[in-house]
Amino acid sequence: MSIEAHNISKQFGQFAALDNVSLKIPSGELVALLGPSGSGKTTLLRIIAGLEFADSGTILFDGEDTTHRTARDRRVGFVFQHYALFRHMTVFENIAFGLQVRPRSVRPSKEQIHDQVHELLRLIQLKNLSGRYPAQLSGGQRQRVALARALAVEPSVLLLDEPFGSLDAKVRLELRRWLRQLHDEVHITSVFVTHDQEEALEVSDRVAVMNEGRIEQVGSPDEVYHHPNTPFVYNFLGSVNLFHGRMDDEIPAIHEAETGDLVYVRPHLLEIQRQPNGGSNFRAIIKHINSAGPLVKVEALSEWGAPVQVEMSQEKFQELQLAKEEAVFIIPKELKVFHKAL
Amino acid sequence: MAFTFKKRSNLPGFGLALGFTVLYLSLIVLIPLAATFLKASALSWDQFWHIAASPRALASYRLTFGASLIGALINLVFGVLVAWVLVRYSFPGKRMFDSLVDLPFALPTAVAGIALTTIYAPSGWLGRPLASIGIKSAYSPLGVAIALTFIGLPFVVRSVQPVLEDMDKELEEAAASLGASRWQTFSRVVLPTILPAALAGFAMAFARAIGEYGSVVFISGNMPMRTEITPLLIMTKLDQFDYAGATAIAVVMLVFSLLLLLPINLLQKWSSSREEKTVALVPEEIH
Amino acid sequence: MATTLPLSTRNFSPARRVATAATGESAAVRWVLIVVAVTFLGVFIFLPLAIVFSQAFAKGVSAYWASLREPDALSAIRLTLLAAGIAVPLNLVFGVAAAWAIGKFEFFGKSLLITLIDLPFSVSPVVAGLIYVLLFGLQGVLGPWLSRHDLQIIFAVPGIILATIFVTFPFVARELIPLLQAQGQEEEEAALALGASGWQTFFRVSLPNIKWGLLYGVILCNARAMGEFGAVSVVSGHIRGRTNTMPLHVEILYNEYQFSAAFAVASLLALLALATLLVKTTVEWRARRQQAASARWDGEEQIA
Repeated sequence: MSIEAHNISKQFGQFAALDNVSLKIPSGELVALLGPSGSGKTTLLRIIAGLEFADSGTILFDGEDTTHRTARDRRVGFVFQHYALFRHMTVFENIAFGLQVRPRSVRPSKEQIHDQVHELLRLIQLKNLSGRYPAQLSGGQRQRVALARALAVEPSVLLLDEPFGSLDAKVRLELRRWLRQLHDEVHITSVFVTHDQEEALEVSDRVAVMNEGRIEQVGSPDEVYHHPNTPFVYNFLGSVNLFHGRMDDEIPAIHEAETGDLVYVRPHLLEIQRQPNGGSNFRAIIKHINSAGPLVKVEALSEWGAPVQVEMSQEKFQELQLAKEEAVFIIPKELKVFHKAL
Repeated sequence: MAFTFKKRSNLPGFGLALGFTVLYLSLIVLIPLAATFLKASALSWDQFWHIAASPRALASYRLTFGASLIGALINLVFGVLVAWVLVRYSFPGKRMFDSLVDLPFALPTAVAGIALTTIYAPSGWLGRPLASIGIKSAYSPLGVAIALTFIGLPFVVRSVQPVLEDMDKELEEAAASLGASRWQTFSRVVLPTILPAALAGFAMAFARAIGEYGSVVFISGNMPMRTEITPLLIMTKLDQFDYAGATAIAVVMLVFSLLLLLPINLLQKWSSSREEKTVALVPEEIH
Repeated sequence: MATTLPLSTRNFSPARRVATAATGESAAVRWVLIVVAVTFLGVFIFLPLAIVFSQAFAKGVSAYWASLREPDALSAIRLTLLAAGIAVPLNLVFGVAAAWAIGKFEFFGKSLLITLIDLPFSVSPVVAGLIYVLLFGLQGVLGPWLSRHDLQIIFAVPGIILATIFVTFPFVARELIPLLQAQGQEEEEAALALGASGWQTFFRVSLPNIKWGLLYGVILCNARAMGEFGAVSVVSGHIRGRTNTMPLHVEILYNEYQFSAAFAVASLLALLALATLLVKTTVEWRARRQQAASARWDGEEQIA
């Protein structure tokens, strides 16, 4: 089922959570809403789910206007950040809940419910824990039960609110992989909210980067990372060096002094050489080297006193044999110029 | 393994505080209580039974117990309703209503007693309309039940309110997103969550009602065998200097209240354990 | 067991309480529930309050003041104040001592002690009065000894004071015990490490932390002490002008069909109840503000 949001706005008191936001999600896609807290991503998700109503704008499911439908009638599966499992029910009863509250006419029989729940338990790999209570499960297990519970009602859309936020790093990585696999198997239109750019880039088909109630850019992970449209997107999706600069005859260049514009360069797109080899470059002094990790991170000070971060592979570093306080040349491989915001 | 009375601690004043506590407790509570049981033991078992199980006493137990139960049940239902309304909705004057819920607890029982009697007397504000449709309120068991409802009102409300307030609204949202109607959400998700607190409140209201005297003694009419509550029976026997009789009935009441203590404690423990956030006990295992 | 209402430090943030439009019940259901709840409260709470004051002033304002200035009424007021004036401070000291012992230390028999402290709550007031009669009355255990020494407790002021102490016994303790328990020992240990004596630590560190709970416990204790009826009724002997407290005086006036006079005295007690509720609300508000402020303080630490 495809989802369309048109011109959604929402205010909480004086605070504008969403400002004229529009987004199209084709059927079967896994989309990440990525942004810092306060960007409106959770609000948008909840409006799609029907847990909040927008002040203005429309929501379409497969072309049908569902803007004023309640959550109950939208048949969405929602997975909450803190799971929202029913504490007084077992794992089995939690997952079966959506099936048991169906109106009598469409309610499946006890055996059917039993089979469906166990099928889901197999899917989330918790077959032996059906009789346990949520209090007896670990965080990762609870999250999987929450997912199974949402899937049990066979929703046309799956919405997840920071699903891995409260888990520790290792569990998060495993569940991320597992969600991707699940989506490949089930192909249900999914939207998930996260503030973790690594997660968004790794798991989703497309990323919508949000900031201050607006969508800054929508695109595949590659697109938003390598071709960011705005300074915010550039900044949010990885580390960045910031310089003054300008377009000189269609070619971006770094300038010492204030110009009207800003130049963005990622640390791994700066090369360090001992000799300038034509093309743009500038001088810098090495101030700090951190080689404990997959990449070597070098901090330097440009000739006009601006801090510079450079990343290079371990091999490159071994080649160069850099040392502190050495004077070197820095050659930018790729620059991005943005007009300074007025 | 040596038995230590008190775990080691750095803070001073334990001996003084505990000593004074136990002394005061003994003087005010324990010794007088002991005297009661001492006096009661002066009666032979037969005598005791004769008094404690006399028709008049039995009638008073029935009335006291029955009316207290009715009052507590009314408070169970309406207490949950009031707690829900106070927590979930806003309406003009809500703050004032919220504070006034505690009135039955703060108001002296004699004042409540004469106020309720005046309201439900045949000529009273509510007594008259009720009488015109044939319902006798004051001077009847109904009047006793009304007074005992008044006295227990705050218990269920105040017991349930914190649980409702702390309840994660996401639970209800989850139920809604899974297709549950509002009523289904309430009965399957909200109610089980507040049940321990509601029952604890019910038990406390019941316990309070059983021993109640001042609010009831005016409205009941105090007719032996009909509208005489047990505390009044004790009072009457005292007025007649029948100390043995009074003591026997008092012992029955004491034993019953002590028996009620246990379930109430258990219910309160159950209620607070539901609220605790428990830590995962099972190690992570994906495969 | 608690047949008392502990001080509430509930979270009052409006965002959590009120139902959202999207997942709440319909407006119609909402208003029906509100009307039912308000009617229930109106009948059971407002009506009794209203009738106390309307009956008290039924014969006019001057009659109201006259009934309060009547000598028997005045001595009833005096006796009530005396009983409360002795019972409340004593129970306050006891409450603090018990809370200190129970809240800050672990020892054998602690739960038993807590249950025993709760005992007066679970006992009917009439039984409470009877207990003292059986100890100090003429035919009581100590009766003969007392009459030999010409001391009278029952049917005299001392008995009333004792009965009042008994029924209000647990109030302060029950408020303070959870408070002192929740605070832990760290602040006191810090004070001791800095050289403070036990008493200094107590007055300068522990006491200020529990001041709202203490105030609330005292107010509640006082309200009950002044309003106690059943227990005092048993031990008093109803001697007008001598052993009548305000509640007993109300009863006498009522039984003599002096309704407006009875309600006039009752109105004083009702005002006391309202004042108690007012203090409770204020104390809860203050305690909540204190909690919120310290929570904010912790939050700021995290950000920094």
